[in-house]
Order: sequence, then C-alpha cells, then structure tokens
Amino acid sequence: MRVVLAEDLALLREGLVSLLEAHGCTILAAVDNGPSLLKALVEHRPDVAVVDVRLPPSFTDEGLQAALEARRRVPGLPVLVLSQYVEQLYARELLADGTGAVGYLLKDRVFDAAQFVDAVRRVAGGGTVMDPEVIARLVARGTRDTPVARLTPRELEVLELMAQGRSNAAIAQQLVVTERAVAKHTANIFGKLGLAVSDDDNRRVLAVLAYLNR
Amino acid sequence: MDIAPTRRLTRLRAPWPGLGFLLLGVPTCLLYCAYLTAFGLVGIGLGVLLVPPLTIAVRGLTDVYRRRISAVTGTEIERPYLPDVPGEPIHRRFIRLLQDPATWRDLLWMAADPIVVLFTAALPGLLIIEGVWGWLLAGFAGDLLTQYGGNDWYLFIHVTDGFGDDPTQRIGTAALGTVLIALGFAFGPALLRAYGRWGAALLGPTEASKLKLRVRHLTESRSDAVDASAAELRRIERDLHDGAQARLVAMGMSLGAIEHLLDKDPEKARLLLARARESSAQALAELRDLVRGIHPPVLADRGVADAVRALALDHPLAVEVTADLPGRPGAPVESAAYFAVAEILTNAAKHSGASRVWIDLRHAGGALRISVTDDGRGGASLDGGTGLRGIERRIGAFDGVLALNSPPGGPTVVTLELPCGLNALA
Repeated sequence: MRVVLAEDLALLREGLVSLLEAHGCTILAAVDNGPSLLKALVEHRPDVAVVDVRLPPSFTDEGLQAALEARRRVPGLPVLVLSQYVEQLYARELLADGTGAVGYLLKDRVFDAAQFVDAVRRVAGGGTVMDPEVIARLVARGTRDTPVARLTPRELEVLELMAQGRSNAAIAQQLVVTERAVAKHTANIFGKLGLAVSDDDNRRVLAVLAYLNR
Repeated sequence: MDIAPTRRLTRLRAPWPGLGFLLLGVPTCLLYCAYLTAFGLVGIGLGVLLVPPLTIAVRGLTDVYRRRISAVTGTEIERPYLPDVPGEPIHRRFIRLLQDPATWRDLLWMAADPIVVLFTAALPGLLIIEGVWGWLLAGFAGDLLTQYGGNDWYLFIHVTDGFGDDPTQRIGTAALGTVLIALGFAFGPALLRAYGRWGAALLGPTEASKLKLRVRHLTESRSDAVDASAAELRRIERDLHDGAQARLVAMGMSLGAIEHLLDKDPEKARLLLARARESSAQALAELRDLVRGIHPPVLADRGVADAVRALALDHPLAVEVTADLPGRPGAPVESAAYFAVAEILTNAAKHSGASRVWIDLRHAGGALRISVTDDGRGGASLDGGTGLRGIERRIGAFDGVLALNSPPGGPTVVTLELPCGLNALA
C-alpha cells in the first residue's frame, strides 16, 4: 500500500511511519501541515491517506479540510482521519459524499497495531471505518422513539459492529456466533430499519451510517 | 406586538395614551401630598419611619409611568435607582434614599407631570374630545342647552338663545370642532414623542447614576468571574492530580517492573505490558474529557455555531440548529456562549420533558443572540436549581443577559444576549 501521512508531532509521525512500514506499507510522503498535505495528496494519488485532524499553520481542523478538499479534486481518494477526539460533526462531513473509502478513528486505536493496520487496509479498499465511539453515540442517540429502539440488545451489538465497517465473518468472530446467525441478525436489522439489504459490505455500512446520521 | 404600524394607524392611536397618563395624575397628586406630609413629620422623627416605605410606593408608581411610556412611545426608560442595601437599619435607609438623586427627581416628576401632561401627551386627546363636543353642540346638544336656558362658550362662539336659528354659528361650531379633531390627530404622535422625552429626562438614569450602577455591576460580575475561574482551576488541578497524573505514575511503576521481569519471567512481563498500555489509554481518555470540559475542540476549530451543532448531534433530544453568524465572536465570548447553551440543553433533557429543541444563533445589534426553545412542559424558573443562575453569572462577566420565558404547559424559551463584535472568518 502506498501511503501519504500527515501528523505534526514528530514523535507520533515517526511512530506511525515505522508502524506502517513494518506492516508492508510504502510511505510516499510524511508531512506536517495542511497545505503540504493537499499538495502531496493531489500529486502522489496514494492508495490511502492517514491524516491528523489538527495541523499547522492554523491548528484548527486543517487536516480534515485538506483531506476533504483532496477528495473533491480526486473523487473517492481513500482517507483515514485520526484525531484526539471523535466529533460527530466531522464524521458527518467525511461521510457526506456517500462514496465511502473514509475512516475516522481515535488516535488511541493505534495502540492496537494489528487492528489499526486492518482499518487502513479496509479504507484503502474502499471500505468505511468509523470509531466505535462515534457509532456508540449515534446508536445511543437513535434509541429514543425511533426504529432503533425496536432492536434487540443482540441486534444492537451487531449494528454497532456493522457500522464500524466489519464484515459478517469478523462480526461472527467477535460475538462468537456462526456467520449464519449474523446474516440472520443483519437481515432483521435491515428489516426493522426499513433499509434495502445489500451484499456489498461497504454499501451496507454506508446505508447504516446514513440511517443513524439522520 | 404589532409590526411597524402604518403612519395613519400611528396617528389614530397617538392621542389616547395621554388620557391614561392624565388619569394617572390623580394617584400621583395624592401620593405627592402624602409624601410631602411625611417629609413634614421628619422633625418629630415619625417621618424617618414614613419616608422609606412611601419612597418605595413612589418608585412603584413611577415604574408604572416608565413601563407605560416605554410601551407607548418606544422610548426605553431604565430604572435609575441606586441599588438596595439589604438589612440596613431604618435611619441609614432613610439617609440613603434621600441621597439618591433619583428620589428627588421622582418628587419633581410628581409635582410637574400632572401639568406637563396637559400640554403634551394628553393635549391631542383633549382636543379631539372638545372637537367631538363641538359636533354634538352643532348637532343637537346646543339646541337642548339653550332650550333649558343654559349657555356655553365654545371657544369664542357663544352658545346661547337663538343658537339654533343662526346657521353660521351652527356651521362654525361644527367647523371649529373639525379643526380641533384634525389638530389632535395631526400633532398626536409628535406630542406623545415629546412626552416620552420628558419622561426619559426625568425618570431615566442620569450620567452619574448610570456610572454608579455600572460600577456596581462590574464589581459584582468581576468577582463572580474571578470566583468561577478559580473554582474551575481547582477542579482541573484535582482532575489532573487524581486522574492522568496518577495513571502515569502507575504506568512508570509497571514499566520499571517489566524491565526487571523481562529476562526472568517474560510471561508476567507481557501481562504487565498489557496493563501499562491500558493505563495509558485510560490516562488519555481522562485527559480528553478534561480538555473537552475546558475548551471543546470543535469550538476551537470552527467557532460557536458549529460547536453548538456538534452539541446538538450528541444530544439525546432532536435538536435543530439555525445559525446566521457572518464571523466569529472573540474566544472568551464564544466559550461562555457555548457552555451556556450546553447547560441549557442539559436542563432541557433533564427537566423539561421536551422531545424537540430549536436553537437559533445570530448576531444583531452588536450582540450575539442565542435562543433555545423546547416543546417541554414549561414552568421553569431561574431559581429552580436548574443552573440558569450560574449561566447568568457566567455571561454577566461579558455584560450578557439571560431571559427565561417558560409558561406552564410550555414552550420554554431561554434567550441569551452577549454584546460582542465579530471577527471576520479566516
């Protein structure tokens, strides 16, 4: 995988570079500010961009803005955004164009290297990865007088994992059930939420997120 | 509330409030006499007891004037009185009330207004009444009057025997009446405005009392702000000390132990490593919550409108946000506004039983105006332990004001106004 990385703290940048290289990625560019990030993305067209939300020179959501701008110029450019905080508002903006190939994770998720690299791969492959915290809050908000309230606790668990972009196999593994059971749960969930069932993992994730994000 | 009445409507309405002010002159005169009597009794000590309660009564009466004048002339008149000192002895109170220049201006008002009103606000109404009387005389009242041997002067027309037989007199009376009515309606608005200015001049605060009130307000709000920020710092210090700091200490200890165990017992070292990683994750989470409590990232990144939108997204109720801010207020104002809205939203979720909330942010008249409306059961009060007082104090440091409108049955509307400029958006 060819990766462009944007992170302003040298220590973290080095850490991410060595982590990704250890897992067989090629780092095309590792930059530390918004304008260079935009330039690098448009120039290199990487398989995936790993971007810190807050970057110089403005130290606001510069990284997010640069990533969104790059996606406007290069539609579907895979972007994984890392942040010290997950904000619903930013998650929404990433998901807004509905094309997928986006991720939004807390920086702590890097602690679990295997899972983090898996997330990077899924975004590069056009998938959608949302931090469990985002999903948990979306689901919590949706449990008042909406169809989400009609889901069983088990179905809610499946919904959260599905929204994080996991495949049926991964969900089955996590919940220690058969894949058949997961498929049945997802069918029920889609039925209750009135969503069209889709076999394509990513379209499925986007449908769920769009539903939760209303 | 009517929206910008037409000029004709203004003309039609203007003559009448003045008559109300004229009638208000009756209790004013009575109270004025009572007041003078009380002053007369100061010599035998009784006045010291009587003057303060009467002064309060006078203020109640002039408040009626202030409210009515503000309502009909559009001239806002603020209360000019110096603030009360709770629990002071009666003679101190007597002296303090007499030292307040507003007390004497009230006295002057009571003496002068019943006369001034005759030539300002009440004049158009009186002219119109007199005009209508002219019409009535010309119509039938003149005939009745002369029939029973009475007579009357209508301005310069003598209504006496033979009034009915002289058409010029009859027509003249009607014409005069018409002129008076026309004059009344023509000068109504101007005279009412003049009365408004007179009221503002005497009943409003003077420069000196404005400054005194302002100094007092600033002193209060400053000490509130200092207290609040000191409490905030203490809270942050405590949270850091008990949270992230303690966890980092534990992590350091684990790492030290791991160093020892690495060769001897790698299995146990692995266990400790996992624990150390957990500690670091928890320390991060705690720091994150702390920072969010100090200054939310969206607020820093995007400003108050988007920060409130982010709040709305996380809120259990359905919150709709509309914002019209062409720029960003200064950071301290943004922060105060944000935390105020957060507090109000928390209240709405906890106490109101609402299902929907509407938030509107705009900048108008040199102030950031935020209104939060919910469709809950209403009946909220500032002192109901809802923390609204705390918000009031918090925005008070910026001269902000909070208004609560919450009739039983709802809807509840909380309005915030924070005077501030706007910085152009980057």
